[in-house]
Amino acid sequence: MSVRDEPITTDDGRRTLAPPARRRLQILARQQFGAYAVLRVADPHGPPPRPGQFAMLAAAESWGGGAGERPFLPRAFSVLRARPGELEFLLEDVGPGTHRLAELDVGDWLWVLSPLGIGFAEPAEELAGRRALLVGGGVGIAPLAILQDELTASGAHATALLGFRDGIHAAGAALLRDARIATNDGSFGHEGLVTDLLIAELDADDHAVVYACGPPPMLEAIRIVCAERDIPAQLALESGMACGYGACFGCVVPTKDGYIRLCVDGPVIDADQIESALIPGTGH
Amino acid sequence: MSAVDHLPAADLPTDFCGIRLAHPIVNGSGTFDAIAARRAFGEAIVEQFPFAAFVSKTVTVEPRQGNPPPRLWELPGGLMNSIGLPNKGLSGYMAHDLPELAGLPVPLIVNVMGFTRDEVAKLVSAFAERDEVAALELNVSCPNVETGLIMGADPTETARLLERVRPLTRKPLIVKLTPNATDPGAVAEAAEAAGADALSLINTIRGMALDPRTGEPWLGGRTGGVSGAAVRAVALAQVADVAQRVSLPLVAMGGVQRGLDADDLLRAGATLVAVGTESFRDPLAGARIAQELARMRANPA
Repeated sequence: MSVRDEPITTDDGRRTLAPPARRRLQILARQQFGAYAVLRVADPHGPPPRPGQFAMLAAAESWGGGAGERPFLPRAFSVLRARPGELEFLLEDVGPGTHRLAELDVGDWLWVLSPLGIGFAEPAEELAGRRALLVGGGVGIAPLAILQDELTASGAHATALLGFRDGIHAAGAALLRDARIATNDGSFGHEGLVTDLLIAELDADDHAVVYACGPPPMLEAIRIVCAERDIPAQLALESGMACGYGACFGCVVPTKDGYIRLCVDGPVIDADQIESALIPGTGH
Repeated sequence: MSAVDHLPAADLPTDFCGIRLAHPIVNGSGTFDAIAARRAFGEAIVEQFPFAAFVSKTVTVEPRQGNPPPRLWELPGGLMNSIGLPNKGLSGYMAHDLPELAGLPVPLIVNVMGFTRDEVAKLVSAFAERDEVAALELNVSCPNVETGLIMGADPTETARLLERVRPLTRKPLIVKLTPNATDPGAVAEAAEAAGADALSLINTIRGMALDPRTGEPWLGGRTGGVSGAAVRAVALAQVADVAQRVSLPLVAMGGVQRGLDADDLLRAGATLVAVGTESFRDPLAGARIAQELARMRANPA
């Protein structure tokens, strides 16, 4: 692909199709935000993702095959931010996959399959005069950054409410603009849960749409709050994935209509599609 | 860089049970969903279809939702899955999947499974009359609910199944052997004697992982099937053994990641090689492996 083709979108504009070939992309920058690392990669030919879409990432070296043991499968990451010809990903070193990725530095290479899944609905039609509340927890703040970029560019105001376990994680809040912060230990911002901030916002003005991503207990609390107040909410869920494109049937989550594969029917879903955001096997 | 982008299709013409294929690389059943891949990648995946034939996911008579999550567990050099054969059932497959799969640029092999011989017979009969279907693969890695035996773990059960369904179709019948048997070679001989046209192996190897926090089985289905590089040596040994004991064409699979791995299985006696878990890591793995194989054949070391 020498020329960037016009991206093809489906699913009501919520999915930009991915080229089926993995792209070998070079890391341009690596920046630490407390407990998190941001990798910025050059992606000169990749179609730009919708906010909420994700990529399957693997280090080009020492990943699967050969003498490598784990990691073996690529890992799914929401796109943190997209600029022309560049993608950014947010990672926290919590397991063998993220540990290997966190070792990488400028000049190293990644295998990237992207963009995948269904992203957030287009803000203009979704908001219809409501204000956007972006609620994130931990590394789950990633897709809210690219969404905030889009909302801001379209002239909408997007209030970011972000929750972290402690101060070193709260450094990630710098990735969004004007974020209000809650920490479990009170070391930064409000001491308590990000849902406390959400409830306060909704008490003040509930003419809103909620966009959320974070650990399952946080998403479940948000789902309940929004259902009680009849506030539309889109949730970016997580589930262990082997492939990212519907091949393995491994990432199913239960919905009111049975199991869906989160990689092709998500990861962003409407909160009223599910009975619970507490998906078995996720959130740890 | 996109070294694997727009690969020319490998030119290694292969005959399999009278079906002409462009090369010997296919997919393992249940490891590639061409319909979902089209949602993710659009027509590009059809235009660059990575396999020389498409083997669809197991179809059962009744729809199945599959096993509760979690369904996956990564292993050193592999993967364990407990998916549970979710599918739309025979009528759903005929109405929704078959028309779309018939549009692929390669022959279609349909994998079927029944919990009784009558169920398998119903499935085989239904596909026997469909011109879109080039061949049928029988998944025998399930219990016969009438006898409690895993059909494919027992030579007599396997022979009785073949005797029941062989008269129902002239299409090639491939029996997918399970490695979870005392002697897969004996099952292979029984399948050959009872009229199978080909055999495929290996299916996943039964395994278990415990949730480190609870000590309980991690997978929703409690046990799962191990695949990937970790099973490659087991696959090669079983393929070599079965190849010695039958004269049927074999579809060999198990941990194939490179042209070299495919070549090993072909040398051991296989006619086709299937790629499974590697497609999870790289959607175009099949095309890449076929290309690597073609390069090895063109320039033997």
